[in-house]
Amino acid sequence: MPRTWRTYAVRFTALGYLVLILVAPLSMLFWRVWVEGVDKAWAAITDPDTIHAFKITLILCAITVPLNTVFGIVCGLAIVRRRFPGKGLVNAFVDLPLALSPVVVGFSLYLLYGRTGWFGPWFTEHGVQVLFALPAMVLATIFVSVPFVAREVVPTLREIGNEQEQAAYTLGASSWQTFWRVTLPAIRWAVIYGVVVTTARCLGEYGAVAIVSGNISGRTETATLRVQDYYENLDQAGAYGVALMLCVLAIAVLVVMTKLKPKEEMI
Amino acid sequence: MIVALPIAALMWESRADGLHGFWAAVTQPEAVAALKLTLGISAIVALINALFGTIIAWTLVRDEFRGKSVVNAVIDLPFALPTIVAGLLILALYGPHSPVGVHLAFTRAAIVLVLCFVSLPFVVRTVQPVLYEVDEQMEEAARSLGAREHKVFSRIVLPSILPGILSGVAMAFARVVGEIGSIVIISGNLPFKTEMASVYVFNQGQNGNSVAASAVAVVMLTVSFAVLLFIGGIRRLATRHERA
Repeated sequence: MPRTWRTYAVRFTALGYLVLILVAPLSMLFWRVWVEGVDKAWAAITDPDTIHAFKITLILCAITVPLNTVFGIVCGLAIVRRRFPGKGLVNAFVDLPLALSPVVVGFSLYLLYGRTGWFGPWFTEHGVQVLFALPAMVLATIFVSVPFVAREVVPTLREIGNEQEQAAYTLGASSWQTFWRVTLPAIRWAVIYGVVVTTARCLGEYGAVAIVSGNISGRTETATLRVQDYYENLDQAGAYGVALMLCVLAIAVLVVMTKLKPKEEMI
Repeated sequence: MIVALPIAALMWESRADGLHGFWAAVTQPEAVAALKLTLGISAIVALINALFGTIIAWTLVRDEFRGKSVVNAVIDLPFALPTIVAGLLILALYGPHSPVGVHLAFTRAAIVLVLCFVSLPFVVRTVQPVLYEVDEQMEEAARSLGAREHKVFSRIVLPSILPGILSGVAMAFARVVGEIGSIVIISGNLPFKTEMASVYVFNQGQNGNSVAASAVAVVMLTVSFAVLLFIGGIRRLATRHERA
């Protein structure tokens, strides 16, 4: 296509919008940390409560990501390869967390495990604290990040078809062997990509966790809640400092995502 | 187990005071104001996304310039970035300490801005792959037959990328309706002015007013389901030729 003024107008509009909405605010973060004082931001980042908050976030990731990976693969296989009653429903429920507000998720869990909830009293009797403790936060994080691995795995499974799996079967492989030797290697990039997206979501989750965690500094506070905590206490340097840490993590995740993508598309 | 049960509990709670109680909770002035504001702002954000998302996808597919791969990578940033950080970013640029002198904190305009940030990737990422598939020879043919540029776009390109735009817009809409992390900081949460539905649910829930919270939460749940159905419908329509 010839380069006309039209090409440049479209390019200019697209890039201009990106700068206004994305790049400029992002560069402001670094600028703000600089203005507020790097030492103050550093003090906020190395504050014991902040370190604890990052630990909690990492623990949540460490529990949620493996669980959702296994679940996502199983779910993807079930959706693509099997026929069973209620398949449409399963499909819809896997997608739901993508469209549902994290607040609604958090609040639902709160109702389920609260003092007057369906499961709340039972857990209280057995001396297990679910709400305002790690278990509820894990549940909330799992809920919001359920779809990502399954979403990546499903189209890849469809694309590769099942001829190779059937070949493995006819050669006498068990279904377990077939999965490890044939299916998993074929979908590995989709799985890895899904894992990265899941991790990003777990790191950044706010709404659902904010409701069920009770937000107790040094105990159930995650990194994102820590940002809000600083902000509400009018500690701008602290808020921007912790936000910068999260931002660096997010950019790291983004770099991994970008590196993985072409490989996934080559398959 | 993880997804369905909590939702069942939510439905149950919203019915705790009977259908009347549910209706009374939804039609409370503050709840109505929050829902209206949320749907209105989400619609605006969805429209902005439809327009600029398509333009950006077009630039990424059809245009060639240095640094394109960087731009392409940056698009995903709002997915990777915690939303509360997004709120803080927009506040840093357009807030009280704004270096450009634009002070939008605690206004509806700020909410629109931050939601545009958060939902940027949806339309771009759904339109991009479809646009790659569009056959440029058809456009050439139309041009050689004397069609003007805008006609080529509206008659040939647009019909093929429209399903992509619509499902991207729908996803963005759903995401924006439920968004909270980026809003808590920037909106100020003034009832009747800048209080969004998600924040309303959050606040009512924290105050122990679970009937009010669950009623609005059920409305939001319904919106999510409707959006998923809509996307499913588009997908069916778009692939009807392949399936037939």
